[in-house]
Order: sequence, then structure tokens, then C-alpha cells
Amino acid sequence: MGMTIAEKILAKKSGQAKVGPGDLVTVEVDTVVLIDNSFTASRWREILKVRDPDRIVVVFDHRVPASTTDSAEAHGTGRRFVEKFGIRRFHDVGYSQGISHQLVADHGYALPGSVLVCSDSHTCSAGVFNCIARGVGEPDVVYSAIKGETWFRVGETVRYELGGKLSRAVTAKDAFLQISGEHGDHATQNVEFGGPGVASLSIPARKTLTTMGAELSAEFATFEADEVMEEWLRARNPRPFESVCPDKDARYAAVRKVDLSALEPLVALPDSVIRNSRPVAEAAGTRIDQAFIGSCANGTLDDLALAAAVLNGQRVASTVRLIITPGSQHIYREAAKQGIIATLAEAGAVVTPSTCGACGGGHLGLLGPNETCITASTRNFKGRMGDPSARIYMGSPATVAASAIRGSITDPRDFLS
Amino acid sequence: MKFQGRVWIVGDNINTDLILPSAAFYLKPEEQVRYVFSANRPGWADEVKPGDILIGGKNFGMGSSRPAARSLKNLGLSCLLAPYINGLFFRNCVNFAFPAVECPGVDEAFEEGDIAEVDFERAAVKNVTRGTALAGKPMPPKLLALVQAGGIYPLLEKEGLIAPRAERR
Ligand code: SF4
Repeated sequence: MGMTIAEKILAKKSGQAKVGPGDLVTVEVDTVVLIDNSFTASRWREILKVRDPDRIVVVFDHRVPASTTDSAEAHGTGRRFVEKFGIRRFHDVGYSQGISHQLVADHGYALPGSVLVCSDSHTCSAGVFNCIARGVGEPDVVYSAIKGETWFRVGETVRYELGGKLSRAVTAKDAFLQISGEHGDHATQNVEFGGPGVASLSIPARKTLTTMGAELSAEFATFEADEVMEEWLRARNPRPFESVCPDKDARYAAVRKVDLSALEPLVALPDSVIRNSRPVAEAAGTRIDQAFIGSCANGTLDDLALAAAVLNGQRVASTVRLIITPGSQHIYREAAKQGIIATLAEAGAVVTPSTCGACGGGHLGLLGPNETCITASTRNFKGRMGDPSARIYMGSPATVAASAIRGSITDPRDFLS
Repeated sequence: MKFQGRVWIVGDNINTDLILPSAAFYLKPEEQVRYVFSANRPGWADEVKPGDILIGGKNFGMGSSRPAARSLKNLGLSCLLAPYINGLFFRNCVNFAFPAVECPGVDEAFEEGDIAEVDFERAAVKNVTRGTALAGKPMPPKLLALVQAGGIYPLLEKEGLIAPRAERR
């Protein structure tokens, strides 16, 4: 019996010929990403020795620029750590800053067949590059930075065979909402994406799917490699790599087909994305106070361009705050060069510097009691974006932009034919 | 490790934002515990007594990587039982040495207030009140050893790889 992509990488990295569901493996870690939250005084433990500073990436993203003296202090602790160990891949507030998972894509930090860990649940995002990436705890990240290894439980794998092609107003976010709505969580399981439909999806679109793997509670979310992915990486990282294919006789817990052509815009109702998706029409007309486009799932250049296509020549309803946050400062600059930022601002959107910001409810753009928000970000838990009584709907950047114009949840096809 | 205590029951899909809300992020760990379940069970944290046992539902602890398992431990709970625990949360239970047992059916086998007896190493669970017993999944030896060592930080501290915790504020 053969192995899935995740199993093959876990086997290789643990020095074994074969691994399978139920195994516990100790693997070598290629990349350790530390974020600003980890340096918070109540959480940080000072590291005295690291295995290899060139395997470490340090990113400030959750509270940028610093929102409180506590977060400013955390940034200071992070800077001292970077200096002490001579870490070169450091993304401080300014030119090279961004959300960690976006920066991993912007810089090609995750190569096929490699293992990447970070103390943030959406680390599975990097699986778009045919690798094993997982959100772990802070102690795990500290351990990996020091010892260069970590442990994983091997789960079974569910494979999604993508076919067809998305239509203009339908996005990878809708494809995710289709999966989470129909199949529920994937706790203890790996998710593998492949099939002929992959070719029609850009890397940012694929990355939306892997990033949202965290919301499925998946162990790993991994894409099959193709030329598009390999080109993306070669343009950003000179190191050689070898892509990993699943074995022909790999064993899957399930193989499910998703016809991208047949999808329509969806929203998740408040509090969960698990079996909670509806066609936008069913929620249409729900009045909103805030609309948000951003995060490690939907702050890409594709996402901003799509929002601009909807908002071009329109004005955000006077009763709505539309907040748009690029995933990285690099994306911010690209969007500015292409006139996207101007279109968004002209429509009345507040375009913020890159940060987790409103997505994590830590600072910037919080929701007040009983407010309603529609978000193109990662998570709609109760209390996630501010007051626990606020209702958070989730949709694609197109759906959020259309809703911001009308002041109530709106099908993006009303604006994009 | 053996525990006996009164059980508290929470439902399926309890997420980390309910256990450790972002509003509590910058508080000292011992102050963060007052916020546990403040959104879905206000006042609960004050009722918990040291040694009580928490029974979660399916996929307990879904969500973020924040040290929410540490909050449950600091609250004085002796252990966590759930049919299955979210993978990331399970890691943090190991990391912070909060004994956690995956035990299919445990969410149905107790009513709140029942007394549970747990043999952590063997993953054996008893409902003392009702006189019933369940078999959970023992932790793999490598992870068990981490929990018994007190979690990752004490281990690294002992090896001189991280600095001793500095008392602050
Ligand atoms: S953007 Fe949101 S989901 Fe992504 S890392 Fe930041 S807080 Fe987490």
C-alpha cells in the first residue's frame, strides 16, 4: 500500500521507509517561524541556544504597528532575539512586514517536501507549496528552534479532486465554504488537494484553501505540485527542491470531487464554518455594520483586485465601515502601483497597513455589542473580532465588497456579471 | 498520575477563543483564568475547585495556538477528558503538562457533578457516581514522558537551553 503526500514527507523526514495513520513520528524541521505574539511577556521564555539561525524566520504581524505598550514590549523582545542570534529573515514593522503566512508565500520560504512550524494555527497555509506545515504551540516552536525537530501524529488523509473552473464572482473561499458546509471538520485528518481543476487556480487562490484547512481542524493541508507552483518558488528562492507526488496506490479515508464550475457564492452563518454554509441568497438583506477583507486567507493581490472590481465606481454604504488589509506590505505596494488602493479608497474603504488587525480582534477595527459583520478572513468564532454578542458572517472578498455597497449581505453577481 | 474529582461538562467544538479570549492576552497567566468561558458560561471560572475535571465534547479546543491549555491547568482543573481533542490543543496539553485523555463516549457517560476517577497513564476512566467504566487511548510513551517531565519548558530549562522564568510585574 502506498502513501499520500503527507505520509511520504513525514516518512522521509523521520528517516523511515513508511509511516501510516496512528504512528507518532519525530521529524526534522526545516523552517521555524516565530511571530510577535510569541514574544509577549506572559508567554516568552528566553532561548539560550538555537540549532541554526538560518532555519528561523521572525515576523511581527498580530499587533502591528504596536497597539499597546505590551505589544511594543513584545516587539522589543523579538528584536533582541533576532540580534542575539543573527537571524537574517526578519520582518519588522516597515518595508518587508506582513502576515507570517503571506510572507512565507511572498518569499518562497516553504519548499516542497519540507517541514515548517509556527505558533499560529493557520500555518497550514504553506501546504500550498507541497510541504508539511502545521500550527503548533509556542513551546513547540521554542523546542523546534533549539533542537531542530518536533513530533507529529500521523492521521489518515482525505483527498479533494478539484475539477472545472471557478466563474468570475465565485472564489476559492466559496470552494472552501462548500467543503466545510458539506463535509464538516477534518479533525485528526490530513487534507490533500489535487486534480485537473488545480491548474485553473492561482497560487493565492490555492493558498486560501490551505489556509482555511485550520478551520477544518486538519492536521495538514497540502497541494499537489505543478509547474505554476514550481515557477512561483523558483522566482523567489534559489534553493533546489523536489516535489512530492502521492503514490498511485495511496490509501485515503475518502476521495471527494469538487466541481469548481458548479459552485455559487456562499456565506457561513455566525459562530462556525462547520456545516454552516448557505447560498448568499439565503442571508441576503441582513444588515451589516462592518465589512472586512484581509487576513492570511484573503489579503492577497487577487483578493484586493477582486474587491476593487466590485467597488469600482461605487460607494460604500454610509452605515458600513469597510476595512481592507493587505496581507503584506509588498502586496500593499503592488496594489498601489496597479491603482487598486486608489479604487478602494475612492469607494470609501479604509485601507490599513498589513497586520492581522481586525481578523484576530486584537486591535484595529473591533466590533461592538450586537453589531453585525461580514468578513473575508479566516474565522468567525463568537467574540473573535470583538464583543461576544457581535454576529460574524463569512464570505468571499467579492461578497464582502458587494455587501459593503448595499449595507446588507449581497450576492456579488449583482455587481460582477 | 491518578485523579478523582467532580466533573464539569461542556459541549462539542469548544474553541480556544472561549477558553482564552483575546481580551485576556496581556494579563498575567494567573489572571487570565478568570476569563475562561466568560462568553459562554459567565461566572463559571469562579465555581471551579482545585482538582475538578473537565469533560469536553468532540474536537475540544479547536482554533488557535494560544496557550489555552495552560489556562485550564492554572484554573486548578486536574485533567481533561474528551472523545477527541483538537490536534493543536492536544499539543498544548502535552506542552504545558495538562493531563488530557481522549476517551470515546466520555461525553455521554457523565452528568455534570458526577465524580470521575482517572488513571492517566492507563487512560482508564471511571464514573464513580454511576459505577461505570470506560477505556480511553493511552498517550504514546514519548508524549507521556513529556507530560511527566512537567512539559517542554521545565525540560528545556533543566537542559540549560532556556533561561529560568524571570519574575516580572
Ligand atoms: S490574519 Fe488572522 S488567521 Fe491569519 S495569522 Fe493573523 S490573526 Fe491568525
